[in-house]
Amino acid sequence: MNHWIVIPTVLPAMTAALLILALPHHLIHQRIVSIGATVLMLVLAIGLLMLAGDGAPRAYFLGNWPAPFGIVLVLDRLSATMLVLTAALALAVAIYACVGWDTRGRHFHALLQFQLLGVNGAFLTGDLFNLFVFFEVMLIASYGLMLHGGGAPRLKAGFHYVAINLIASTLFLFGVGLIYAITGTLNMADLAGKVAAVSAGDQALLKTGAMLLFAVFATKAALVPLHWWLPSAYAATSAPAAAMFMIMTKVGAYAIIRVYGLIFGADAGPLGAVAAPIVIPLALVTLIVGAVGVLASRNLRDLVCFAVVASMGNLLIAVGLFDGVGTTAAIYYLVHSTLTGAALFLLVDLIAQRRGKASDTLAPAPAIANETVLGALFFLGAIAMVGMPPLAGFIGKLLILGATRETAQAPLIWSVILGASLLMMIGFARAGSVVFWNNPRPGDEAGGAPVGRVRDGLTATALVPIVVVGLLLGATAVLSFAAGPFTAAFEATSAQLLDKSGYIRAVLQPAAGPGSGGN
Amino acid sequence: MELLVASATGVMTAVGIYLLLRARTFPVIIGLTFLSYAVNLFLFAMGRLGINQPPIFGAQATGYADPLPQALVLTAIVISFGMTALIVVLALRGFLESGSDAVDLAAPEEGGPAAAGAHGDTARRPS
Repeated sequence: MNHWIVIPTVLPAMTAALLILALPHHLIHQRIVSIGATVLMLVLAIGLLMLAGDGAPRAYFLGNWPAPFGIVLVLDRLSATMLVLTAALALAVAIYACVGWDTRGRHFHALLQFQLLGVNGAFLTGDLFNLFVFFEVMLIASYGLMLHGGGAPRLKAGFHYVAINLIASTLFLFGVGLIYAITGTLNMADLAGKVAAVSAGDQALLKTGAMLLFAVFATKAALVPLHWWLPSAYAATSAPAAAMFMIMTKVGAYAIIRVYGLIFGADAGPLGAVAAPIVIPLALVTLIVGAVGVLASRNLRDLVCFAVVASMGNLLIAVGLFDGVGTTAAIYYLVHSTLTGAALFLLVDLIAQRRGKASDTLAPAPAIANETVLGALFFLGAIAMVGMPPLAGFIGKLLILGATRETAQAPLIWSVILGASLLMMIGFARAGSVVFWNNPRPGDEAGGAPVGRVRDGLTATALVPIVVVGLLLGATAVLSFAAGPFTAAFEATSAQLLDKSGYIRAVLQPAAGPGSGGN
Repeated sequence: MELLVASATGVMTAVGIYLLLRARTFPVIIGLTFLSYAVNLFLFAMGRLGINQPPIFGAQATGYADPLPQALVLTAIVISFGMTALIVVLALRGFLESGSDAVDLAAPEEGGPAAAGAHGDTARRPS
């Protein structure tokens, strides 16, 4: 067994414990430890991605109990890619939070590390019940992050967020219970073999369990009609937390890819493809709701929240195909939308700070400090999110359009995707022109007092967050300019996902598996 | 026994869902608690119902109860207990800060900062 596979869950847990127990009052030390641990995590994740690059899924058996009796973690190309994405995002968020946000409440960095623990665990686990446990770890940390900084509106929105996630967790347990009652196992690889063989009388119950789980993942992924929590929660929380939460919607999408690709895949007998017929229609509605929301938003935070809902629509259209090209497009779009969404949340926060009382509302206000660079970044973020060339959103959208070309509903899917892009473009263009161009002079009636303090050039504290946003957007540019190698890697990832026998062999017959023994 | 367990689970779920749909935080929390009781009972039943059967190996045992659902229930109880404690604190803080325990978000004031998150954030300055 390769023990590095378990480290992505151990490292954040140890770091968080260290932050709480040893350094509760030393903010500077907390920052150093948190950023240092996240850099380590990123290096480790890249190492694991290279390890997974040989194409063999690797299983890690905790306590060396053989599957399906023990707890198993599985590293394959997809989970390694998600680990790298999570670590990169967490690093950006940790650095951004160091410039002010982490002073507004205690334990920001510890909560961030606990969230990393849950997210990494959810990506690595090979067992449905552990998926539940890691979901909970991730959610408990996210409740803390969501409420970071306090304030009555945030508490109200936080109550919704916690209540909805508690209901989703209960549904998760009902679903897991039903699946266990029918098949007698919760190990994903074991389930993949057993689902096809259930007796005719049990199929209805198993299908109920599968669909309950789908409802849970759809809630996490903000799929219509379970998306209403997202705009209120993400708009009410602090910017770094919202940026970090970008990965949580993706955990829902990841779980759909895993569970409905591996366990309830097309070849799983009478229960094959239980979720497939409903994913694409719901994703199309999600996209429309997101685009209309972008158009209807009255402030920048809502605008970005609905753009995120729309991007989940795009992503799940690709996921809903459950085939090679669809999954390739989905992974590409997933990486792009996570980075772009996070960049936009942080950018909106930077803009709102500089606009004084106007905050992030789409109303005329005096010109802001650092207008040129923030305006340019907003422009780049907007075209990446809407999907205009040359950034990664465009290529992601092309891949999705290409993947859906062969399907029967192609005309419908194409018109919805392209129409939604148009709506989002109008929404972002309107927002950008109001915020950056409609600037009455301080003496004018509409203008408030100029925000004088932040007018003076780029100081170090003003520069660091801007650089973080620039790096996140730069990463999507890299994703776009190196689209060839990236798509090739993601094609290999989706090919590995479709080859279920490799995964099942690595978990259930580790001695025979090429990757799990020896190293 | 099957009828009793099944109807208890069903009634608790129904009560939980009914209370969840209330407009105040306290009934919602009670509803969540009922729902988690229901799911715990449900998980127990997933290991099949039976009496006087040990979950672990015994020389004289004639049959065994499935130990895994019991482990799952323990985990689920711990998690739902922690979550309930958290949401109670959250509801109390929300009540104390906003003066009402209504579940809905306050409507944005016309003309003012519409963002729910604008509270507090606008006053912030980078250190």
